[in-house]
Amino acid sequence: MGGYILKRLISAVPVLFGITIIVFLIMSLIPGDPATAILGSYATPENVEKLNRELGLDKPMVQRYFIWLGNMLTGDFGRSFSLNRPVIDEVLERFNATMILSGTSFLLCSILGILAGVISAARQYGFADKAITFVVLIGISVPSFFLGMMMILLFAVHLRWLPVSGMYAIYGGGDISDLIRHLIMPALALAAVATGVVARLSRSAMLEVLRQDFVRTARANGVPERRVIMGHALRVAMVSILPVLGIQAGFVLSGAVYIEIVFQWPGVGRMLVDAILARDLLVVQGGVVFVAACYVLFNIAVDVAQSLLDPRIKT
Amino acid sequence: MPALKVEHLAKTYPQKRPLFGAAPPGVRAVRPMSFQVETGETLGVVGESGCGKSTLARMLVGLLEPTEGTIEVEGKALGTADPSEFGKLIQYVFQDPQSSLNPRKTIRQVMEAPLKRLHGMAKPARKRRIAEIFASVNLREEFLDRYPHEFSGGQAQRIGIARALAASPRIIILDEPVSALDVSVQAQVLNLLADLKTRFGLTYLFITHDLAVVEAVSERIVVLYFGAVVEIGRADRIFASPRHPYTGLLAESAPVVGRSLKAPEQKGIELPDPLNPPSGCAFAGRCPRATDLCRTREPELKQMGEDQLAACHYPLEN
Amino acid sequence: MSAFLTLLFRNRLAALGAVVIAAILILVLNIPLLPLHDPDVTATADRFMRPFAEGHLLGTDHLGRDLLSRLLHGTRLSLAVGIAAALIAAAIGSAIGIFAGYFGGRTDNIVMRGVDMLMAFPYILLALAIVAALGPGLMNALIAVAAVNVPFFARNIRGITVGLAGREFVDAARLAGMGHIRIVLTELLPNVLPVIVIAMSTTVGWMILETAGLSFLGLGSQPPQADLGSMLGEARSAMISHPHTSIVPGLMIFLIVMSINLLGDGVRDALDPRLRSGALSRPRATTLVKRHGDVPPATDELLAIQDLHTEFHVGKRNLRAVDGVSLAVRPGECLGVIGESGSGKSVTALSVMGLVASPPGVITGGAARFQGEDLIGAPYESLRQKRGNRVAYIFQDPLSTLHPLYRVGQQLAEAIRSHNNLSNTEARVRAIQLLNDVRIPNAKSRVDDYPHEMSGGMRQRVGIAMALANEPDVIIADEPTTALDVTVQAQILSLLDDLRRERGLAIIFITHDFGVVAQLCDRVAVMYAGQIVEEGPTQAVLDAPAHPYTKRLIACVPELGGGRRELAAIPGLPPVLDDLPPGCAFAPRCSKAAKRCRQGEIPLHGPAFHAVRCLFPERAL
Repeated sequence: MGGYILKRLISAVPVLFGITIIVFLIMSLIPGDPATAILGSYATPENVEKLNRELGLDKPMVQRYFIWLGNMLTGDFGRSFSLNRPVIDEVLERFNATMILSGTSFLLCSILGILAGVISAARQYGFADKAITFVVLIGISVPSFFLGMMMILLFAVHLRWLPVSGMYAIYGGGDISDLIRHLIMPALALAAVATGVVARLSRSAMLEVLRQDFVRTARANGVPERRVIMGHALRVAMVSILPVLGIQAGFVLSGAVYIEIVFQWPGVGRMLVDAILARDLLVVQGGVVFVAACYVLFNIAVDVAQSLLDPRIKT
Repeated sequence: MPALKVEHLAKTYPQKRPLFGAAPPGVRAVRPMSFQVETGETLGVVGESGCGKSTLARMLVGLLEPTEGTIEVEGKALGTADPSEFGKLIQYVFQDPQSSLNPRKTIRQVMEAPLKRLHGMAKPARKRRIAEIFASVNLREEFLDRYPHEFSGGQAQRIGIARALAASPRIIILDEPVSALDVSVQAQVLNLLADLKTRFGLTYLFITHDLAVVEAVSERIVVLYFGAVVEIGRADRIFASPRHPYTGLLAESAPVVGRSLKAPEQKGIELPDPLNPPSGCAFAGRCPRATDLCRTREPELKQMGEDQLAACHYPLEN
Repeated sequence: MSAFLTLLFRNRLAALGAVVIAAILILVLNIPLLPLHDPDVTATADRFMRPFAEGHLLGTDHLGRDLLSRLLHGTRLSLAVGIAAALIAAAIGSAIGIFAGYFGGRTDNIVMRGVDMLMAFPYILLALAIVAALGPGLMNALIAVAAVNVPFFARNIRGITVGLAGREFVDAARLAGMGHIRIVLTELLPNVLPVIVIAMSTTVGWMILETAGLSFLGLGSQPPQADLGSMLGEARSAMISHPHTSIVPGLMIFLIVMSINLLGDGVRDALDPRLRSGALSRPRATTLVKRHGDVPPATDELLAIQDLHTEFHVGKRNLRAVDGVSLAVRPGECLGVIGESGSGKSVTALSVMGLVASPPGVITGGAARFQGEDLIGAPYESLRQKRGNRVAYIFQDPLSTLHPLYRVGQQLAEAIRSHNNLSNTEARVRAIQLLNDVRIPNAKSRVDDYPHEMSGGMRQRVGIAMALANEPDVIIADEPTTALDVTVQAQILSLLDDLRRERGLAIIFITHDFGVVAQLCDRVAVMYAGQIVEEGPTQAVLDAPAHPYTKRLIACVPELGGGRRELAAIPGLPPVLDDLPPGCAFAPRCSKAAKRCRQGEIPLHGPAFHAVRCLFPERAL
C-alpha cells in the first residue's frame, strides 16, 4: 500500500509540471506588454521597467518559465501590488476559508447524494424515487449563485434565522458556533448541484449493479435483501461512484467562487475574481497553481481509496 | 505448392515497463510455429482458451503484426501486416456474427465495401456480384436493405460468410464460426461452408475449441497448447490415436454419449501462467508422464508415424 | 428519426422540456417583431418599478431600463453563447477523442496525458485564468467555457471510440480494404454520433449556466450589453431592497436550464439502446407473481414444478418463455433439462426460487413445490430462508456470479451465516472445509483469494462449494460448465457426480449439450419453445427418441470419433416466443407435420416414465 501511494505521488509530478506549463502558457496569451497590463494605465514608465525586470520579461520564454518555477518551488509566488503583500501569504490565508466551505459542502454532497441515489434505486419508480428525482432535477438546474441569493432573502432577511453573509460576526463571535451559523447557508447552496449529480450517478450505478449476476447469486444464497443492497451492490457501485466524487470535488471548488462572492466569504475564489478585475495577475497565477496542485493531491487520495476498495486494481 | 505456408510465426506482447527497473519479458501468445495448408484442404486448429488460436488467426489475415516469422500464400510472401493487401487472398469469418457487422450500416453497404475497395468494381458489376454471392449462401436479396439487428445469429453468420466471399479470397480463416450458434443452426452453417469450399475451390483454416466439430470438418488438425503446436495429424486419427498426452486428455475430456463419466484429471489443476511461463514443456505440470527432462527442456515437434507430428519427450504409444 | 421522436415524446417530462425551450426560442427569435422598449435606454426617474407597472410588465431595474426587454435580449444572448460554446467544445473534443481512441498507442497516450492535465484543474480555475489573460468580455468567456469543456468531450468520446475500434466490424472493414480515414468517417462516426449528441444535450444546460456564472462575476458580458448572468450580477446589490430585479433573470436561467436538462435526459434515454427496451430497471428481490387459474394440488415429491407459466412483459410484447412446464425430481436423482437458447430451460430453473429478473419476468401460473410447500407466491422471508438452504443454485459464468470485491472465504461464510447462527471463525473453518470438499488444492490459503485471482475452473468449484454450504436437498445447476474449457468441464462434471452420489443430492441440470446429459443425468426433459416436448430415462431418449425434434437435434450434434462428414441440420429457425403458431411449435420445421399438428394444444402423453408431445411420434411408447 505504501508503495502504491508513493507510486501515485511520483506519477503526480509530471501532472504538476503540466499544470504550471498550462498556466504559464495561458498567461503568456496576455495581449501587449504584461507589465503594463498588470500595472494598468496608472503605471509610470519606471514602474513598468522595474516590473519587467522583476518578471524577467527581457529573457526568452523558456528561461522565464524556469525562473518562475524555481521561485515557486522556494515558496516565492511574487508580490501582489493591489494587496501589497506576498501572494503566498494571501493565498494560504484565503485557502483556509475556502477549505472550510468546500470541505463541508463536499461531505454534504457525498453523503446526501449517495444516500439519495441508493434509496432511489432500491425503490425504483416508487414514491421515494420520484420525489428524489424531482428534487435532484431542481438541484442541478438552479444556478448556485441564484440559490444562494434566494436563501439569503428567505432565511436571513425574512426569517432572520441566519446571518446574511461573511464568515464570522463582525462584533463578538469568532467561535466555532458563530462559524457554523455563517457556514450553513453557503455550504448548502454550494452542495446543491453536486448532491444532485452524485445522487443521479449513484442511482444509475446502483441500478446497473443490481442487474448483475452476483446479486442474483447473493439472493440465491438467501442473503437478506437489505444486505444485498447495502453490502453487495453498494460496494461495487462505489467503484464507479468514487471517481465521480473526485470530479465533484473539483466542481465544488469551482462553485465556491460564486458562493464566496454571494456570501462575502473570504476565500480564494473571491480573491481570484477581485484580482482579475484589478488585473493583479500574479495573484491569479499563484492562486490557480496552488489550488490546482492541492486538487491533484486530493485526487491521488481518491485513487488510493479506490485501490483499497477494489482489489482488482494492481497496487 | 501449398495454399498457405507459415514459418516460425510468433507473437510476443510486450509488457508495460514498471516505474523502476527493466521491462519484464513479453507475453508469448504464439510461440514460433510452422505449418502449411494444401490447396482445397481444411486445416483444423483446436485448443482451449488462452492457447493463442485467436492471435494466430489475426496474424494470418494481417490484422496483427507478427513479432517474427513469415506468411506465404500460394508461394507469395506477404509483407508487413496490411489488411487490404491480405484481404484479396485471405479473408476472415468472425466468431460473433452480430458484432462483426456495423450496426448502423445496411447489409448492402457491408457487402459493397470489399468489392469497391479491394477490387474497384463499378456499381452494376457490384450489384451482379452481390446477387451471385447471396444466392450461393442461400440468403434472400431483400435482406440487403436491412440492418444487422434484424437478423438471427445463423443469418448474420451467413452474411459474414458472404462478405468474406465477396473479396474472392483463396483462403478463409474461420475463427470459431459456429460457437455462438445453436446446434440446429450450427449444422446448417457447417454444411454451407463445406458446400462453398468445393464450389469455389477454397482453402479453410478452421479454428475452434469443439473437438467433434473440428473432426467433422477437417482433413488435418493442429492441436495448440499454451501458444505452441503440440501435435499435428490426420483428423480421422489424431483423437483416436493421439501421441501427445494433451491431445489424449482433450479427447478423453470431451463428453460423449455412451461413455461413462470419469475425470481424466482428478485434482484441481492450475493452468500455466502466461506472465510466468514454466521452463520446459508447458504441459508438464498436468502430465502424469512428466519427468525432470520435461520440466527443463522444451520438446520439439517430431515426426511420429506416418503424417503425425507431436512435441513430446515421452509420446503415447498406440 | 421519427422513431426517435416518438420515443422522445413518449417521455412526458422530456416533452414538457421541449415545449418550454421551444416557446423560449420562438420568443427570443422574434424579438424584433415584439413591441419592446430599447433594453439599454436608461430612465433614472423610473428606477426600480415593480412588476406589472404601467408600460413595464416586469418592472424596471436600477437604471430604469425595462426588465422584460432586457430579459428577452439577455436570454437570447445567453442561449446563443451557451449553445455556441457547447458546439465548439463538442466538435473539438470529439475530434480529439476519436483520433486518440482510434489510433491508440503512443498518439493516444500523449493526447490523453494532455487532456488529463487540463482535467487536473477544477474547471473554473482554468476558465478564470483564460479570462484573466484575455481580459473580461463575453467572447472571452465563451472561449473559456468552451475550452474547459473540451477535455470532457475528448475523454468521453475516446472511451467510446476505443470500445468501438476493438469491435470486430472495424477489423472486418480493414479486411474489406478500407483506409483509416474512411473507417473513422463511415464506420466509427455514425456509431459515435449518438454519444456526442447525448453528451451535448446533457451538458449544454450546464454550459449556459457557466457562461451566465462568468457574467455574474462581472467577467463575461460588459455593460450596457447584458446576458442573464450579468443582469443577476448587477441586481445583486439591490437584492434585499428590490428582489424582483434578481428573481426575474434568476428564474429565467433556472427555467432554461431545467427544460434543457429534461429534454437532454429524454434524448439520452431515447438514443441509448439499453434504456430503450426498459432494460435498465432493477430486478426485484423475488420474481413478480400474477397467477391466473387454480394452483395445482400438492404432491409428495421432493421438488415438483407443476404447470409453470413464466412470461416476459417487454413493452407491449408478452414473451411466453415457459408455457406449462411440469417436472419433478427425487432425492439422489439427476434430472437433465436440455434445449437450445430461448427454449425456456433457464427460466424454468430460475422460476423455482423466484430468481427470474422482474421486471420484465412475471410468473403467471402453476406452482413450484418443495416437499409439498408452494414456493411461488410464498412470502419473501419464507422464500429467503429456503434459498441456498434447501434449494441451491450453481450458475453459468463463475466470474460474473461471484462478488468481485469480496474474498471467496467471505462469500462462503456469508452464505452459511445467512441461514446459521455461526461465529466468523466457525464460518471460516466451515468455508475451508467446503473448499476441501470441492477439491481445491491449498484450501487454507485459497480461502483468502479474490475471485479474479482464480482460474475459471477454480471459480466454478467455489460456486459449487457455495451451493453446498448449507447442505441443501436440491441443487439447480444452470449450464455450470458452458463457460469452461473441455478439460476443466470434465473435472467439474465428475465432481458434481461424486457429490450427488455421496450426499444423495437431487440435481436439476440445465444444459444444451447431449454429451453432458448422457454422462450425468438419470432422466432428461427436452424443451422447445417453452414446453417440454419429450421426457424420459436418458438412455431411452438418446437411443430411441420419440419426438421428431429430439431425434433431429441429436442428429445435428457431431460426435467425436465420427470422422469427416456431412451433418444433419434442421431447416428454419426457432419460433419467436410472442408469436407462437397454434398447435405444435415445431411443426413449421418438421417434415412429418400434418394439418392436425397446427391446430389446438397437443398434450404430453405416453407412459409415466417416457412421455412425448407429438401426434406422430418416431416410435410407439
